[in-house]
Amino acid sequence: MANFYTEHPELRFHLNNPLMERICELKERGYKDKEEFDYAPQDYVDAVDSYDKVLEITGEITGEVIAVNAEGVDEEGPHCADGRVEYASGTKANLDAMVKAGLNGMTMPRRYGGLNFPITPYTMCAEIVAQADAGFGNIWSLQDCIETLYEFGNEDQHSRFIPRICAGETMSMDLTEPDAGSDLQSVMLKATYDEANACWRLNGVKRFITNGDANLHLVLARSEEGTKDGRGLSMFIYDKNDGGVDVRRIENKLGIHGSPTCELVYKNAKAELCGDRKLGLIKYVMALMNGARLGIAAQSVGLSQSAYNEAIAYAKDRKQFGKAIIEFPAVYDMLSTIKAKLDAGRALLYQTARYVDIYKALDDIARERKLTPEERQEQKRYAKLADSFTPLAKGMNSEYANQNAYDCIQVHGGSGFMMEYACQRIYRDARITSIYEGTTQLQTVAAIRYVTNGSYAATLHEYEMIPCLPEFEKYMNRIKDMARKFEACTNAVKEAQNQELLDFVSRRLYEMAAVCVMSHLLLQDAGRAPELFAQSLNVYVNYAEAEVEKNFNFIRKFKADELDSYRK
Amino acid sequence: MSLKIVVLAKQVPDTRCVGKEAMNADGTINRSALPAIFNPEDLNALEQALRLKDTHPGSTVTMLTMGPGRAAEIIREGLYRGADNGYLLTDRAFAGADTLATSYALATAIRKIGEYDIILGGRQAIDGDTAQVGPQVAEKLGLPQITYVEEIQEVADGRIRVKRHIDGGVETVEGPLPIVLTVNGSAVPCRPRNAKLVQKYKRALGAQEKAAITKDGTELPYASLYESRPYLNITEWSVADVNGDTVQCGLSGSPTKVKKIENIIFQAKESKTITGSDADVENLIVELLANHTIG
Repeated sequence: MANFYTEHPELRFHLNNPLMERICELKERGYKDKEEFDYAPQDYVDAVDSYDKVLEITGEITGEVIAVNAEGVDEEGPHCADGRVEYASGTKANLDAMVKAGLNGMTMPRRYGGLNFPITPYTMCAEIVAQADAGFGNIWSLQDCIETLYEFGNEDQHSRFIPRICAGETMSMDLTEPDAGSDLQSVMLKATYDEANACWRLNGVKRFITNGDANLHLVLARSEEGTKDGRGLSMFIYDKNDGGVDVRRIENKLGIHGSPTCELVYKNAKAELCGDRKLGLIKYVMALMNGARLGIAAQSVGLSQSAYNEAIAYAKDRKQFGKAIIEFPAVYDMLSTIKAKLDAGRALLYQTARYVDIYKALDDIARERKLTPEERQEQKRYAKLADSFTPLAKGMNSEYANQNAYDCIQVHGGSGFMMEYACQRIYRDARITSIYEGTTQLQTVAAIRYVTNGSYAATLHEYEMIPCLPEFEKYMNRIKDMARKFEACTNAVKEAQNQELLDFVSRRLYEMAAVCVMSHLLLQDAGRAPELFAQSLNVYVNYAEAEVEKNFNFIRKFKADELDSYRK
Repeated sequence: MSLKIVVLAKQVPDTRCVGKEAMNADGTINRSALPAIFNPEDLNALEQALRLKDTHPGSTVTMLTMGPGRAAEIIREGLYRGADNGYLLTDRAFAGADTLATSYALATAIRKIGEYDIILGGRQAIDGDTAQVGPQVAEKLGLPQITYVEEIQEVADGRIRVKRHIDGGVETVEGPLPIVLTVNGSAVPCRPRNAKLVQKYKRALGAQEKAAITKDGTELPYASLYESRPYLNITEWSVADVNGDTVQCGLSGSPTKVKKIENIIFQAKESKTITGSDADVENLIVELLANHTIG
């Protein structure tokens, strides 16, 4: 009986992080739901026990149903007929299992039928679902769009829409258009107010919409006629029951075949405004994208785990020159590096999730009552940490998923190039993670301000104050040296006062910050569970140090006038 | 119409992963080497029950199992998937039961439950593989029975129509309620545990399980909940509770005696090559008819 949760003790370790106690207390408002709901926790221990049990259910479904269906779903894929999407048969079975298990609307309050789970255990579910089938992970994980409707919709919209998502209906976020990809300010889908029917009408085309035939859509559209930038965009809720949106085609993709990527045609589709006009892009979509980026980070970690599982199983089994290939340094170097990137990336993912959890719970409390000055400070602190960590978690984990999938095939040798092995699907599925929900290059753009304003450096300084085990002191010293090199590079680039130079080396600075952060997180985790993380700590610090050195040398030696030779 | 449904389920050693340690030297089962699981075909039966509950509002699903205190896990697993309540038949006097004594105990418990329209169980358990308990329960209660059920198609006007598995196909049959059905492994698999129900029932315990926790002086966690939430107390029934006759229960009620247990290793003894000629084929047919392999 495969269980993708219990088989990986690292997940349970992250579930029991000390910060979870504060998260639960905030999310559960002092455990007041226990009087009203028979499934609400009594206290912190009870809450974590419930998360653990629900993760076990998810682990069982992913192991016994979703993973088993993955190959068939990849081959069959969804179909489009009469403007509607028909999921692959395996996808339908997967959804049915997840809905029957009650794993929808997981983070929503109980009064709407949700489980009131924090983002962290929900993200763990997303990770293990993606481990089984990254494409299906999209369809299921898009439920987290409901977070944005909950945050910015009104009470009436909450009571009409949230229970439907908790009951298993699916969602999509309709942002991209043929001429508006990374640059969402150019969105042209037109929203006009229909006075006669007191509703909004949407007209136009959206492209590359994941799960585009969902029950509920959050749509970015231009509500302010004559505007051309992001300030003319608002966010709308489209309900498929009202009709007016057809799927023109499904894209034929390299990977994530189970996830239908749709071109949508809006023909006078009835919609309602979510939140205030003109804040669609600048406020709501930013929130939506931050949630989605955490989701892609989780999907990437799931793929990395999957790549590791396939690679290590093959390396133990495959014999050449009279022994298992895992015995050869060239192979165990790859395997231990995959594992180290997996452990480091996962540590970053859940640290980010915890930061998000605290500030979002406080945000939610602020809608019920005024926060105390201490709480306001706490909210601000964690919101900033979450904002700075999210692009690191998304960008780095998606790059690692690609690198790990590549190495997974490499471990398989020629067999890895054959379609019979799962590693080719992992490789194809991983490719999109560093592209959608903001490419790695855009994650760098989002993160660079935290490089230049010293946020990452400040976090690293805080991490340096956390005591570590005496036997790990050597790692602490090496990570401190890495951080100083990162700061030296940052200062050198800032002093040059050349925006183009900064943009040019920003990816290198971003990666330096990220590997320093991840080294610290692994150091902290290994301190609490050396049996799980000591090996990866060593391997990762070796790797990270070399990465920092590489970028340090590049930036130190690079002259701004060399930009010309790259520009053409 | 709403239905009263009883699901018979058994906790069994997981014989699907039998290793070298599965049997003790004396030929008995080494239970510590085999995890205790929900008998697979009983899960198929539970799913049929839950589907009836889904389509017949107001219906109730009651779990019934017999076993030691830890078999309360079977009741919990039922509750996690949507069953409404359950009873654990547990008594030293029930121990060592063969199918006759088991069906006697289950039948008396079902009489005690009182109201029932449909009694469902798996076709057979993976430990004994007899497929006798369901039919015997039906006989003892004087009820009609349908075995090898794959799908319940309709329940209306006091009648039930089901698809049952037969050699080489399926047949559709009807019967009157109340009725006993045994469900085949080819029926749809059981739904997963539900997140809300697991959180609701995760502390449900039988009296013996509570006693095991508190025997060394440990306080029962969240003890007050067992008073404020009666559904967390899994009902245990003894022979006396179901007005049973001790003589017909357990070992004393079991005419089956195990004489010897042998490990069988299947292997081909000999092989022969036959050409495609008419004469060879005819000889083979004659031979197989003679030794009753076919015919």
